[in-house]
Amino acid sequence: MGGLVYFSSRSGNTARFVADLGLPAERIPQSGETLPTPTAPFILICPTYADGEGRGAVPKQVIRFLNDPSRRALLRGVIAGGNRNFGATYARAGDVIAQKCSVPVLYRFELAGTETDVARVRAGLKKFWGYLPDVPSESIAQGGRSAPLTAAHLEETNARQ
Amino acid sequence: MKDNVETRAIPRAINWNRLQDDKDLEVWNRLTVNFWLPEKVPLSNDVQSWATLRPEEQQLTIRVFTGLTLLDTIQNSVGAPALLPDAQTPHEEAVLTNIAFMEAVHARSYSSVFSTLCQTKEVDEAFRWSEENPHLQEKARLILDKYDAGGDPNKRKIASVFLESFLFYSGFYLPMYWSSRAKLTNTADLIRLIIRDEAIHGYYIGYKFQRATERLPEAERAALKEFAFSLMFELYDIEARYTEELYDSLGLTEDVKAFLHYNANKALQNLGYEALFPDSACEVNPAILAALSPDSENHDFFSGSGSSYVIGKAVATEDEDWDF
Repeated sequence: MGGLVYFSSRSGNTARFVADLGLPAERIPQSGETLPTPTAPFILICPTYADGEGRGAVPKQVIRFLNDPSRRALLRGVIAGGNRNFGATYARAGDVIAQKCSVPVLYRFELAGTETDVARVRAGLKKFWGYLPDVPSESIAQGGRSAPLTAAHLEETNARQ
Repeated sequence: MKDNVETRAIPRAINWNRLQDDKDLEVWNRLTVNFWLPEKVPLSNDVQSWATLRPEEQQLTIRVFTGLTLLDTIQNSVGAPALLPDAQTPHEEAVLTNIAFMEAVHARSYSSVFSTLCQTKEVDEAFRWSEENPHLQEKARLILDKYDAGGDPNKRKIASVFLESFLFYSGFYLPMYWSSRAKLTNTADLIRLIIRDEAIHGYYIGYKFQRATERLPEAERAALKEFAFSLMFELYDIEARYTEELYDSLGLTEDVKAFLHYNANKALQNLGYEALFPDSACEVNPAILAALSPDSENHDFFSGSGSSYVIGKAVATEDEDWDF
């Protein structure tokens, strides 16, 4: 059984991409100690926050998440978000995680991705796992292309303030 | 004097160790680490390459760069300062002043290109052109209208994101095009530094827009979204005419327009909105994409076919392994 785990900062780009995938996914919180503990193989979707030299590409919460060997043991691949405008460091988080964890970079997308990106990743995941899971609607990440500012965003903000 | 003291709000010193919004520090750090000056780029290495351009190609390049200079000038002296009164946190104000200053560096760096590669007379002619070109003037005025004091702060942010993430790209296309043909490669390095900065500016202002509007009533949010898409249509219409006038003679207009569509969608994403142009209209020339992000590893499994996957194994990693 293959799953998805993702991180998205408050700008919400990766969360919108994941919502558009329409697949069950667990979110690594922006702060706090409680991180997802996958019990089955999973793919990580992670944005990039590198500076001009490529430093700091992987968000700290994702590093915390991956610093547990039992989680890394279940990681099968990484899908990286980024922006080509950052030049050579475009989607660098994917390269860093792939190298550290000996997993492939499965795909790269810009910001919240395009419809083409969503279709390719869905097709890729289906091929990778051999199937796409049925989704109970309540477990689909909230947000989406037509609802840029969502209830999930508000809850998240309220929780932080 | 005494009255003045009593009516003024308490002047407050900024405390970077008490953040209301982590994003302010994150973006401040990125902007300051990325700081650069045009003197860092060896533009004089492009002198020989410049001489290989035909006179009309040189004229086009100078004109495109004066157009970019105009946008940077506006963003430096009006656009970023206009966002200051709407800042939600003192740290946001500090980030905005950094953005304003870097726009001055960008505007200044085009003059470095000119003084290195061009004749004074040609450059003076291009600056005159920039004041007289109807499309360039129209887009500048349209944006400046939105920046006017008394306007809606959220609309100012929308206009600012469109300038940072969309309006520059009809100009940025040309140095990326030259670079893909191994011409003016040092100038392209300088432009990539500008592109990198503008990407952070558009992201940050778009993020602040999302924060500022998330609690508004649904009707107000819908009105802002309608404003944003209608402004994008208006700007795109001008950009399409500007693009035709500049690039028709080189036969590049359709290529540039695909790049405009692609960047318009990214500008809308910075505001948290969905794409406007369908993916089929955004198929940017791969040579231009490669010029934008040279040396970035583009191989991935889902785009390829029939690759076998490497299965991960547990490796001991520590925080310091991750190069923070």
